Amino acid sequence: MLEVTGIPTVEDIEKVFPSKERLKIGPVVVMECFQNIPCNPCYTACKTGAIKEFEDINDLPTVDQSLCNGCGLCISNCPGLSIMVVDMTYSEEEALIKIPYEFLPLPEIGETVKGLDREGKVVCEVKVVKVLRGKSLDKTPIISLAVDKEYVKIVRNIRLGE
Amino acid sequence: MRTVELLVVGGGPAGLCAAIQAAEMGSSVILVERSQHLGGQLIKQTHMFFGSEKQYASKRGFDISNILLDKIASLEKITLMQSTTVMGIYEDGVVTLEHKGEYIKVLPKATIVATGASEKTLAFPNNDLPGIYGAGAVQTLMNEYGIKPGNRVVMVGAGNIGLIVSYQLMQAGVEVAAIVEGGPKIGGYLVHASKVRRMGVPILTRHTIKSAHGKEVLEKVTLWQLDDQWNGIPGTEIEFGVDVMCIAVGLAPLSELLWQAGCQMKFIESLGGYVPTRDENLQTSVKGLFVAGDVSGVEEASSAMVEGYLAGMSAASYLGYKLYNMNEVKENLLNQLDSLRHGQMGEKIRKGIAELQIEHEAAASVDA
Repeated sequence: MLEVTGIPTVEDIEKVFPSKERLKIGPVVVMECFQNIPCNPCYTACKTGAIKEFEDINDLPTVDQSLCNGCGLCISNCPGLSIMVVDMTYSEEEALIKIPYEFLPLPEIGETVKGLDREGKVVCEVKVVKVLRGKSLDKTPIISLAVDKEYVKIVRNIRLGE
Repeated sequence: MRTVELLVVGGGPAGLCAAIQAAEMGSSVILVERSQHLGGQLIKQTHMFFGSEKQYASKRGFDISNILLDKIASLEKITLMQSTTVMGIYEDGVVTLEHKGEYIKVLPKATIVATGASEKTLAFPNNDLPGIYGAGAVQTLMNEYGIKPGNRVVMVGAGNIGLIVSYQLMQAGVEVAAIVEGGPKIGGYLVHASKVRRMGVPILTRHTIKSAHGKEVLEKVTLWQLDDQWNGIPGTEIEFGVDVMCIAVGLAPLSELLWQAGCQMKFIESLGGYVPTRDENLQTSVKGLFVAGDVSGVEEASSAMVEGYLAGMSAASYLGYKLYNMNEVKENLLNQLDSLRHGQMGEKIRKGIAELQIEHEAAASVDA
């Protein structure tokens, strides 16, 4: 389906989403990389050894979730913008997700924006907690969003304004 | 008549890397580029590249161009000739150039043709209306000159170029009404597709343009669904009011110079059309004539750069310049090409290239 629609299915997401047990521990990476293409900057960017070295550059990335601390260095290094970080320990009701966002204007910290699903449909409102845009991110800012936990597997983008 | 050891035709990723490699090995190089800018398509690419560190993965295309141009500027052996078009390659080895109305003759000892590819187009009623562009033109307007091509666009083609340019259009504040793809599946990288899908852009596979409408400029397009034989299905028409249509239906190698030089050519559909046979060192059937990049088979810029280094090394070696570890370097470059073409997307490319392999006596003189 993904190769016809461009939208990862629920099953696709389940395959790469960390286990409930891992999510309880703290922030962790989610890599929505489903196609064998020649690409390995996520491995090069990872400083904790969580993203394993590629035997073949066309392999899908493999993550040792026990080594991932959710730092998010890989997010802005992924040419496919396919990586996000999820932190289910952010608060009782909300999860924190960190996503790449390459559009202007950038959202303001504290702003409430529309949370979009993988098809670009508005599903809920989300709060912007942090906007990272340092030089090392090379024009791929990382937005941290507080998302109602029930939407954590659904929200993958934002829309500003009305 | 000017003489030079190596003439490199084309200042895109393949030509730049070829010139760098050959000059670093000691060869004098004239690098000819038709446009006033060097860098080819790289300067319009605002997205991060795939591949590995060796091909500057995760860096943006225009930044890669700057890295290569800095390198070029540091090499005294390279003479740059921008705004210069190669007119012909003749039997006696003379290459003729045109530079701002001036006619120049050059006699190189070896030549690397790295002319790239041109965009294919699509036949439908009113396809000559202003507002209908190739994807390359849209990128030139937006990313080179900072001009918004319009307000609402239909993109034709869901290969990497169609997907990437759609994303760039949205970054420039242009609404993308839909991406239309004739095939049953998305042809480009799925991560690129997912990027535009989560911005709310529909991708309509098995659809094509039925016709464009407009009095003086494009005002509307009609799409329709295709059956398994690629025929339009009446009754499935959809209309979009748009002022821009962007066509990204593939590239064809710009191989005129190779035909003229008498290279043996073969039609390989998966490589974009007629492409030259070549040996492992990228030498064509014409002795001393090498190829690199899209002209030798349409691929990504990453492999064009690696081919450029390989052709540059082969040409320098042909001219008598050697590296102490040349076999090792060559092995490394061949391995890079191999791994870039190793995935499922690279399968057709691998098969196509396998059909083009030749071995000739001249190949022996290139090896150390």
